[in-house]
Amino acid sequence: MDELDRQIITATQSGLPLVKEPYAVIARDLGIDTETVKLRLQTMLDNNQIRRIGAVPNHYKLGYKANAMSVWNVPDDKIGELGKLLGALPFVSHCYERPRFLPEWPYNLFAMLHGKSREEVSEKVAQIVDLLGEHCAGYELLYSKQILKKTGLRLKEKD
Amino acid sequence: MLTQLEKQLLNDYQQGMPLVSEPYAEMAKELNLKGFLVTEHEVIDCLSQLQDKGLISRIGPVFKPKSVGGSTLAALSVPPERMDEVAGIVNNFEQVNHNYEREHQYNLWFVVTAGSQNEVLQVLAEIEQQTGLKVLNLPMEQDYHIDLGFPLWC
Repeated sequence: MDELDRQIITATQSGLPLVKEPYAVIARDLGIDTETVKLRLQTMLDNNQIRRIGAVPNHYKLGYKANAMSVWNVPDDKIGELGKLLGALPFVSHCYERPRFLPEWPYNLFAMLHGKSREEVSEKVAQIVDLLGEHCAGYELLYSKQILKKTGLRLKEKD
Repeated sequence: MLTQLEKQLLNDYQQGMPLVSEPYAEMAKELNLKGFLVTEHEVIDCLSQLQDKGLISRIGPVFKPKSVGGSTLAALSVPPERMDEVAGIVNNFEQVNHNYEREHQYNLWFVVTAGSQNEVLQVLAEIEQQTGLKVLNLPMEQDYHIDLGFPLWC
């Protein structure tokens, strides 16, 4: 990733303009041509530096009022296999391995769950408990109470 | 509630939209093939409305945090009476892009994204200093999510 990629990120991270030719607007702002903007974005997509370019839904506003971060304590030597199982579930929107912080934080696998109600989320949790079976040494659900800040990725203009 | 067109747009384009010079015209063309008689202008209008209503937060690229500098998920255990004050301190950092209050002893969870890993650690250190609270630093080690799209309507 070079300086131009970073400029393109900075110019697009809070959203594309809703005009006929959005990439031309970005290109004009950066003083480059439209083809370069599209090519750079396509390369970042191919390299997985960009997950996707699309409409970013606000699940909460769309009626998914129950959003829980589920955290699981699973054996380190099984986490690769178990993480893939959880990550493939349709109701899991993010699934990450993170370090434990003992003794206060024993959980190493995080899965974000979304539902229209807490009952719906509980059913999903039961499915995960079944899936993990004996490998689950404990879990907790952290429901979100309030979104205090949510913005796209922010890169400084100059780093 | 949502119109059929709004639903279709959300379903079809949350996972990606055409990377072409006139993406909204292309989307209109695709929608027409599915039986929606819409113009480019109507697609743009519909997306603007979804954005104004807050149902989509933006149209654009979703970056994978780790590939651009450094990032982490961090948590604080905030005494309830200090929640507003501490949330304010955390939100003040431009490197904090998500901040959620959650129901747990660790009740404030935020994502720090910066140009470098070093800058992330600096932000965490400053937050500890300004709040007097110990930060739980939980950087992502592995991403297991297979992105099949989030089924909005099931």
